[in-house]
Amino acid sequence: MTNAIGTSTARVDGIAKVTGTAQYAYEHPFTDPVYLHPVQATVARGAVDTFRSDKAESVDGVLAVLSPWNAPRLADVSDPELSLLQGPEVRFRGQIIGAVIATTPEIARHAQSLVEVEYTTDDHDTVLRADHPDRYPEDDPQTIGDDVDEKLSSAQLVIDQRYSTPEEHNTPMEPHTAVALWDPAEQHLTLTTATQGPHSVVDTLAPLLGLEPQQLRVVSPHVGGGFGSKAAPHGHDLVAALGALALPGRAVKYAVTRQQGFVFVGYRSPTRQHLRLGARCDGTLTAIDHESFSQVSPAGTFSESASSISASMYAADARRLVHHLVPLDVPPPHWMRAPGEAPGMFALEVAMDELAVAAGIDPVELRIRNDPDRDPATGNRWTSRRLVECLHEGARQFGWRDRDPHPGIRRDGEWLIGTGMASATYPHVMSPGTKVTIRHDGGGRYTVRTGAADIGTGAWTTLTLISADALRVSRERVTMEIGDSSLPTATVAGGSSGTTSWGSAIVATAEAFRRQHGDDPEAGAQTTGGVSEDPLAEGYTAASFGAHFVEVRVHPGTGEVRVPRMRGVFSIGRVINPRTVRSQLLGGMVMGLSMALHEKSVRDPRFGHVVTQDLATYHVPVNADIEDMDASWLDETDELATPMGSRGAGEIGIVGSAAAIANAVYHATGTRVRDLPITPPALVRD
Amino acid sequence: MRPFDYERATDAADAVARAASRPEAVFLAGGTNLVDHLKLGLVEPELLVDISHLPLAAIEQEPDGTLDIGANVRNADLAAHPAVRRSHPLLSRALLSGASGQLRNLATTGGNLLQRTRCVYFQDVTTPCNKRSPGSGCSALGGHTEQHAIFGASQQCIAVHPSDMAVALAALDAQVSLLGPEGVTSMPVTELHRLPGDSPERDTVLDRGQLITGVRIPPPPAGARHTYRKVRERSSFAFALISLAAEMVVEDGVIASARLALGGVAHKPWRARRAEEVLHGAPAITETFTAAAKAELEQARPLEGNAFKVPMARAMIVAALKELAVETT
Repeated sequence: MTNAIGTSTARVDGIAKVTGTAQYAYEHPFTDPVYLHPVQATVARGAVDTFRSDKAESVDGVLAVLSPWNAPRLADVSDPELSLLQGPEVRFRGQIIGAVIATTPEIARHAQSLVEVEYTTDDHDTVLRADHPDRYPEDDPQTIGDDVDEKLSSAQLVIDQRYSTPEEHNTPMEPHTAVALWDPAEQHLTLTTATQGPHSVVDTLAPLLGLEPQQLRVVSPHVGGGFGSKAAPHGHDLVAALGALALPGRAVKYAVTRQQGFVFVGYRSPTRQHLRLGARCDGTLTAIDHESFSQVSPAGTFSESASSISASMYAADARRLVHHLVPLDVPPPHWMRAPGEAPGMFALEVAMDELAVAAGIDPVELRIRNDPDRDPATGNRWTSRRLVECLHEGARQFGWRDRDPHPGIRRDGEWLIGTGMASATYPHVMSPGTKVTIRHDGGGRYTVRTGAADIGTGAWTTLTLISADALRVSRERVTMEIGDSSLPTATVAGGSSGTTSWGSAIVATAEAFRRQHGDDPEAGAQTTGGVSEDPLAEGYTAASFGAHFVEVRVHPGTGEVRVPRMRGVFSIGRVINPRTVRSQLLGGMVMGLSMALHEKSVRDPRFGHVVTQDLATYHVPVNADIEDMDASWLDETDELATPMGSRGAGEIGIVGSAAAIANAVYHATGTRVRDLPITPPALVRD
Repeated sequence: MRPFDYERATDAADAVARAASRPEAVFLAGGTNLVDHLKLGLVEPELLVDISHLPLAAIEQEPDGTLDIGANVRNADLAAHPAVRRSHPLLSRALLSGASGQLRNLATTGGNLLQRTRCVYFQDVTTPCNKRSPGSGCSALGGHTEQHAIFGASQQCIAVHPSDMAVALAALDAQVSLLGPEGVTSMPVTELHRLPGDSPERDTVLDRGQLITGVRIPPPPAGARHTYRKVRERSSFAFALISLAAEMVVEDGVIASARLALGGVAHKPWRARRAEEVLHGAPAITETFTAAAKAELEQARPLEGNAFKVPMARAMIVAALKELAVETT
């Protein structure tokens, strides 16, 4: 072994990124490109009656105006999110109902404002309510163990509270962009787009466009953040492709504006949650009843199932989990970092804090008392469950031990001080199907090719380290090629599964390479291999765990909250590149702070769209909001989960961190906040 | 973005003449507000008169201590200027609490004063807005109003002026120097901006072609202490929920003078004169500060979505005045 894994390694693409030579989707050079700007619906529900484009078409520089009637037809209109410009239906405000293509982006944007649209409108409803008459359960309630209602009625302590999390938008630094070029001679479409999975874009778009997979190439070597919103193609990819089909031979470029990024590229549904915990006086749980609600769109199927988190987190005699969907006239919700886990864990971990207060037990001790020996959802063994060690280590680092639990009594000048904690977890996900080609270039140098994506996580570097160890060479002898659907197929960078899935395939292919070519391969020797199934043995559950510890300062007059100190300790298996893993964990914790204190998309029910649609009104933290924050991990390896011994680290940082902050705010002020975000107006008292 | 003409003015008089010649002309200085609005289609001027290069970028201190600040002085330069830091650190603090480093490097003194009021519905051409399109209605009423006015709003508009710098200038009794087709004039900065009334499309009292050429700030009273507080939804780079510029002179436990202005509460920087009346000549004690805050906030007419601003403003005024009183003892 060369032991590249575990060495803190600077990003192999770092120089290219900081010098601006790394090409993001919009920056790939094309000859004589043209620019697309969409026309968007200004009603939330109805149909386009008339679409008059003559004024737009008469503007100098306008090359084409696509309408619901003249746009190229799709071969398959079964995907409601992507069946754009195929008919007059409007399912949400802001839906793409047309597009102008022109010689400059300014002309395209101006001309689209000249398109005159008239609608037939229907009443719309965009407000998520737990008592919405159209709600329906996603599945039958998941019941485990004894009868929940019986256990709750006989419990010595009961916490029965309602929680909510707001609609949130992913808002990556790099907006969603796409450039599409249709080569009529070759009958081939090239799409450079910011995506978390080039092959998943091909798999989704090629059938819609009536193309064979080999007729569509998706290129995406560098991606400036996705957080789930780039895990599948969205409307911008589809209209760019339609534009390219309408203008053969011209590269059609479309950069989604920040405002449009609040419409049709995905978001986290708001949730409403009802949690009931039953416990004995010593804090041991007898019942967990977790009910959640999220919205779904007529233009999509994704749902934010918040209650699932309670299946495996703590031991309890009785358990019932159910998630309800509320159909609304809204754009399709989609993945946003730890979908389901992030909002669900907020509710569960605040409820646990409330139970600790009710029982008079330290919140760390409460979690230790409820740590399950086996996975409560399945009865499986854990490959490794080290939550308790994370709690102990986090408490030690933070200096938790002598904490006075009484709320609202610590002051520093005008400010109230408090501390809080919460657990974290994220399931281990392995997505089989990735293929890898390894080629010996001669002289002990190898090229490793797979269609993986680096969305800023460090995959370029991490996969280089895994390849070096698998091939038993130094990392300098490995050249990675990723981010292109012309490379061997790879699964999507999502569900914290990228390194697990791609890395496992690299290890398997390296073994196959040695079997095929021996230990002294010829130059040009090449092997393609992969992993077709999850190697996790029957009867095991693999998951990551962690613990957050937070100090907050709250100004009682103005409601301002500051977070001077935040510690996260995680159990994530073996850490492949400490430098980029630490960055991902910290990024998750920053996003958890953001969820706790800042992010909220305000959807105006009168119009149906999000009115906080820019970064001036949709707040994410700035540097000044992040003070002393650190992430660390247990020294461990989990070879039951992956051959590298690693598990995913991309999402666990956001899970539980918002609850830890809310719990610290309670400790500082005595005010229990159950609705995020905790902004100054939420804490100001008359 | 509607196509527009672009002209570079040769001097201030030329800029005024060019702008006065066309009904829909606007001045372009730093562009940090205007260019956004052009992209979003909020304004559709036919002519941009570029004044960014005109020699209005000096800061001079006159013998009596008055500061004379050119309209093209960048926010970053103004905040860092030794004379400003020495005589009016309140202004430096206000400037540095606004926007971001990059924006302050571009934004000018005149442009900062003339930035438009903010409202998510004004920013969105798909929603009615009386400011953008007079007579179309106010979408903020009954909508998302967390940022909106508690003082001096009308049924036509409830937007607030977002400037931090202007709040400090209002407290400091700054004068705005103007050049217009009718010649040179000046007015107190507190009279530059207007309440929305029945014509919310007008943020200021300026006539067509009138150009801000500079700002003059008289010297502070002897013994003055001051503070600038800003409450917002994150630590930096956010508009104020409420901001407060406060200056006070306390002699022998009695308030000799006090000047207060609030931001984020009205269509204009809000000089808190009722609070000042209570403070003047009264003992510098918490009861006085509470009474002053109460006197000012009695005129507040909050909405459901911004009712928190009243207790927040009260807490800020009392805390700031206590801070100033402690410093002077």
